[in-house]
Amino acid sequence: MAMLSFEKKYRVRGGTLLGGDLFDFWVGPFYVGFFGVTTIFFSVVGTALILWGASQGTTWNVWQINIAPPDLKYGLGFAPLMEGGLWQIITVCAIGAFVSWALREVEICRKLGMGYHVPFAFAFAILAYVTLVVVRPLLMGAWGHGFPYGIMSHLDWVSNTGYQYLHFHYNPAHMLAVSFFFGTALALSLHGGLILSSTNPAKGEPVKTAEHENTFFRDAIGYSIGTLGVHRLGLFLALSAVFWSAVCIVISGPFWTRGWPEWWGWWLNLPVWK
Amino acid sequence: MKALSRPAALFVALLGTTVVSGCWERPPVDTYQRGFRGTGMVELNNPRDVPKQLAANAVPDVTPAVTDGGPPASSIYKNVQVLGGVSVGEFTRTMVSITNWVAPKEGCNYCHKAGEGFEADTLYTKIVSRKMLQMTQAINVDNKAHVGITGVTCYTCHRGENIPSNVWFTPPTAKTASRMVGGDGLQNKVAKDVGLSSLPADGLTPFLSQSLEIRTAGSTALPMRGETRNLQTTKQTEWTYALMVHMSEGLGVNCTYCHNTRSFSSWETSTPQRVTAWHGIRMARNLNNEYMEPLTPVFPASRKGAGGDVAKVNCATCHAGAYKPLFGAQMAKDFPALLSKTDVPATPLKVASKR
Repeated sequence: MAMLSFEKKYRVRGGTLLGGDLFDFWVGPFYVGFFGVTTIFFSVVGTALILWGASQGTTWNVWQINIAPPDLKYGLGFAPLMEGGLWQIITVCAIGAFVSWALREVEICRKLGMGYHVPFAFAFAILAYVTLVVVRPLLMGAWGHGFPYGIMSHLDWVSNTGYQYLHFHYNPAHMLAVSFFFGTALALSLHGGLILSSTNPAKGEPVKTAEHENTFFRDAIGYSIGTLGVHRLGLFLALSAVFWSAVCIVISGPFWTRGWPEWWGWWLNLPVWK
Repeated sequence: MKALSRPAALFVALLGTTVVSGCWERPPVDTYQRGFRGTGMVELNNPRDVPKQLAANAVPDVTPAVTDGGPPASSIYKNVQVLGGVSVGEFTRTMVSITNWVAPKEGCNYCHKAGEGFEADTLYTKIVSRKMLQMTQAINVDNKAHVGITGVTCYTCHRGENIPSNVWFTPPTAKTASRMVGGDGLQNKVAKDVGLSSLPADGLTPFLSQSLEIRTAGSTALPMRGETRNLQTTKQTEWTYALMVHMSEGLGVNCTYCHNTRSFSSWETSTPQRVTAWHGIRMARNLNNEYMEPLTPVFPASRKGAGGDVAKVNCATCHAGAYKPLFGAQMAKDFPALLSKTDVPATPLKVASKR
């Protein structure tokens, strides 16, 4: 793949966390690095194990392939390979691949002298996954509380796990997470619409600037968060959505075993009107 | 604390309040797998609640057994309509047990008016208890699909109280005319039966008194026209959901105790307990219609609901928050008088004197 004329300028040496100069090179457009190698390793092994697990299963129907976690009776120990052990190894591979990818992003940030906002944001996605398959199972005492790897099967798990608490929409952290997801979508659409509107003026009109964008929102709602601020807001909304998602599942079980509607008893029991 | 902005401080204070108010539990929790691994069919229990639950569902001491034989009770006592065939020793033992189970404070005089013979049907409580004895026998004989060999005794529901603590009444119809947006469907009340959710507060009348359709899911993957179309509405689904939450709360279990929620209606992927529960719904409905409703003229107004209806049975009446009443203790086996059904001539129920 041909390199753009200015790209070479940014292909600087150093900034690696591990491996020194050993993997400090590019393959085509891709920076490799030590964590690029581990990313490839864990992804290939994990994917191969999923395919092998599927071959040992009952179906090749892509919707129905299912790599299930162990029975609860195995607790926090190792399970036989075909009874959840495979799920355990794949989980290790998945975490290895995700964390490697994040650290590779860190190395790239360091090379370019940038902040770590991108790997920081990706770390929230990893946090949510690790919460589901490691933290919550640890708190509940069995790896079997993780979700199964399969398109339909993980949805069934989500449904049943929700109904363990009778009505999951009453989970306060779930409420926050859903609100932030909607908030993210709203903010992104407002921002996308605003940028496109100022860069696509009527025929014959010059392209508009940030001042026009700010003025639009000052006219509309009396305030504009500004060009940099809107990205801070976007990152905050998106990360909050992921953060509260992780919270909403980690409190379900370890910190609340009954129906979520009942949790709101504290509101009814406030001394103000009790 | 200058760095802490005011909204943040408020948030922390609120969070602190919720934590302090005791609305959280903590690990470790007990979990029980109820389906294939990874399906998320899991029961949860807070082990710190168990001693409380066990104490609340402890079985009382059994009145010592009597030697077999002896003349039938009807040859000694008059007007013994239900237990007349039981030996007099066993009969007396059963009567003493019933007193301990239902009226330990009031004693025999709760049903038998002091100064009158035991045969007098003066008090309404005696009429009721006769019907309740028949009901207990019917549960043990005709409802094995639900109660199995464990069966029930008076104590299963009464637990030393005159009125079982978990009974229900149909709320009277609201006096307000139905509004432009329709009635409130008894939604958004604070109702324990629906686990404090916004679901209709009375999920019982339609299903445990009336026999409206509980199933709301269509039987076909796509909406159909004509005969096969699904006429159930979203609103009806909420009533069904209300009944189901009542069952969960009444048994101290979650939805996955019976259902694999990927398809609530599918029997193939449900647990065997769903069959027991299906029979339980029919049993509760039958008890309400065959045994409780006919007692309506017998009960004094003070024992009735705001709408003048009689107290009725639901899942919690026996279960009281346990997946099996008294956690499955086989109590009835020690009371043979309750285990067989006596055909009783349908004597008209007398309207009782007010107590």
